[in-house]
Amino acid sequence: MASTTQSTTVEDIRAAKKARSLRQRFRDYFAQSGIDNSASTYLSVGVALVAVAVTVGPILYLILGGFRSLQQLAENPTGLPSPWVMSNYSGILGSGLFWRQFLNSSIVSLATTAGVVVFGTMAAYPLARYKFKAREFIFVIFTTGLMFPLTVAILPLYLLIHDMGLVGNLFGLILPQIAFGLPLTVIIMRPFIRALPQELEEAAFIDGVTRIGYFWRILLPLARPGMVTVGVLAFIGSWNAYLLPLLLLTGDPHRMTLPLGVTIFQGQHASDTTAIMAYTSLSMVPALIFFVFMERRIVDGLTGAIKG
Amino acid sequence: MVNTAASGKGKGPAPGAKASAAGPSPERPMTRKTPRSGEARKWGEITLFVGPALVMFLVFVVYPVASALRYSFYKWNGVKAFSEAEFIGLENYRRALFGPGVFKTAYSEPFWTAIGHNFAIIALSMSIQLPLALIIALILNRRFPGRTAVRLIIFAPYVLSEVIAGVMWLIIFDPNGIATKLFTDLGLTPPAGGWFEDQKWGFWTVFFVVTWKYLGLAIILFLAGLSGVPQELQEAASIDGASWWQIQRRINIPLIGPTIRIWAFLSIIGSIQLFDMVWVLNKGGTVGQYSTIASFMMDKGFFRKDMGFGSAIAVIMFLISLIVALLYMFFILRRDNSDSVKKAR
Repeated sequence: MASTTQSTTVEDIRAAKKARSLRQRFRDYFAQSGIDNSASTYLSVGVALVAVAVTVGPILYLILGGFRSLQQLAENPTGLPSPWVMSNYSGILGSGLFWRQFLNSSIVSLATTAGVVVFGTMAAYPLARYKFKAREFIFVIFTTGLMFPLTVAILPLYLLIHDMGLVGNLFGLILPQIAFGLPLTVIIMRPFIRALPQELEEAAFIDGVTRIGYFWRILLPLARPGMVTVGVLAFIGSWNAYLLPLLLLTGDPHRMTLPLGVTIFQGQHASDTTAIMAYTSLSMVPALIFFVFMERRIVDGLTGAIKG
Repeated sequence: MVNTAASGKGKGPAPGAKASAAGPSPERPMTRKTPRSGEARKWGEITLFVGPALVMFLVFVVYPVASALRYSFYKWNGVKAFSEAEFIGLENYRRALFGPGVFKTAYSEPFWTAIGHNFAIIALSMSIQLPLALIIALILNRRFPGRTAVRLIIFAPYVLSEVIAGVMWLIIFDPNGIATKLFTDLGLTPPAGGWFEDQKWGFWTVFFVVTWKYLGLAIILFLAGLSGVPQELQEAASIDGASWWQIQRRINIPLIGPTIRIWAFLSIIGSIQLFDMVWVLNKGGTVGQYSTIASFMMDKGFFRKDMGFGSAIAVIMFLISLIVALLYMFFILRRDNSDSVKKAR
C-alpha cells in the first residue's frame, strides 16, 4: 500500500497518504483491490447507482417533504426545500405522542425478543441434549408452528386475548408474539446447542455443576451467536408488526405502536401531507439505525434460517 | 427444510444402557443417588426448561388454530356467546367457494378475485422479481468502489415495516402527488382514476410497491449465495475462454440454485399470506381491486363481524399454503434436500 522504505512509521504512511492526489489514491485503490478499471466495472457501478437511486429516492423525497410547507410541496415538490420548514418535525418531536408510541414499540419489541430468545433457548436445550420419550414429539409440535402464520390464527387469537382482558394492554401483544416466534428459535437453537462439544458438559458435571447451572453459566454464553441471530429476526418482526396491534390497540393513539400510529396519524391529518411525511420519516429512523448496526447479523440470520 | 429424522440419533451411548437414561453422558452427576430420584429430577428439569415455551405455544398458537377450524363450521358473529352459535357444517366454505347457500349474500366472487390476486403476485414475483434480482445480483457480484455501502442501501427497505413503506407510497402515488407530476412532465398519461383507485392500474401499483420493498432481500440473498461460489471455477472458465454470460449461465446460476429455490419458496408463501401492505393501501382497494385472501378475511371476518365465515377463509388460506408448500417441497426442493443431507454427512 504505502512507502517502500524500510523504516516505515505510521506517521510516514499518514503523510504519504495526505500527499497523494485523489486521483492517485483512486488508482491505488483499484490496483490493490484487484478491481480492473474496465467497462464491466462501470456497468456494475451504473447498475448499483440506479438501484440505490430507486431505493433511496422515495425515502429522501419523504424526508425532504417533511421540511416543506404544504404550499412549497404543491409548488416545488422536488429539489431542496427553501426555506427549510422545521415546524412539522419540531411539532411531532415536541408533542409526546410520537415518543409515547416509540416507547410502546420499544417495550413490545424488547420484551418479545427477550421472551423468544430466553424461552426458545431453554426449550431447545433438553430437546437437544436430554434423552426422553416425548422429545421428538415435542420438537415436531414446535416445528408445525412454522406452518401456521399469525394470520390464520388471528380471529380466535383476538377472542382469546379479549377474554383474558388484555385488549389494549401491551402484554396482549407480547405473549402471542413470543409464542409465534418460538418455533423458529427452537429449530435454529437445537442444532446449535447440539454442536457444542459434549466434553464440556461432561467436564462440568464431573465438577459438580448441575444441569441448570450448566445452562445458565456455560451454555448461554456459548450459544450467544445463535441467540443474537434469532433475537435480531424476532426484534424486526415485532417492531414492524401490524396485524395484532391493529386489532388489539384500538382507541387511544397513546397506547399504539409506531406502525399503527403512523396509519392513525395519516388518517387524522389527511389534508396535512407534509406533517404525515415528517411523521412517517421519523418512524423510519429507529428501524434504519438498528439496521445499519445489525445488517451483518440480519443477513446471517436470514441465510442461516434458510439453510436451517 | 428441517431435517428431523437426523436428530436424536448417533449421540451419546447406546439406548438401553442404564446409565444413559438421564442424559447423554455416561458419567452421572454426583448429586444423583438412585435411578428413581434421578428420573424424577430429569423430568423436573425438562418441565422447567420446556414448560414455559410449550405452554405459551399451546395457548397462543395451537389453541387459536384449532379454534379457527372449529368456528369455521358455525354461523357466529364473535360477539354473542359461542354456545348460541348455530352449527352449519360446511356452509361457510360453500359460501366462500361456490355461492350463497343458506346466506343471503354471496361472497364467492370477491373471494375468488382475492385468490386470483395472490396467485397473480406469485406469478409476477417469479417472472419479474426473480430475473430482475438475479441479474442485478450477478452484475453486482464483483469488486467495485462503494460495494459495501451499495449492498447496505439496497437491503434497507426490507427492515422498514410494510405499513410505513405503504404510507410513504400512498403519499407518492397520491392522485395529485409527485408520481402524477413526474408522469405528466414526461408526457405520459397517469391513470385516470388515481394510481391505487384505478381498476386496471391499482394492482400493478401495489405490485410495484411490494417489489420495491422486497427486491433488495432477493438481491442480498443471491449475493450471499454467490459469495460461496469458488473463485477458481470462474477463473478456470475464464481462462478457457468463456464469456461473462457463459460463466453466469453455466457456473454461477446453477451453483446458487438452492438459494434461488428457497427464496422462491419464501416468496410464494409470503405472497399467499400478504396482508399488511395491502391493508394499509386502502384496505385492499376501494372495490377490492387488489384484495388478497388475508385482507378479504379480515374485512369480512373481523370488521364485519362474521367469525365463522372469516375462520373458514383462514382455514382455506392455510390449506392453500400447505398444499403449495408440499407440492413445492416434493417437486422442487426435494433434490436440494437430499444433496445437502449427503454433504452434511
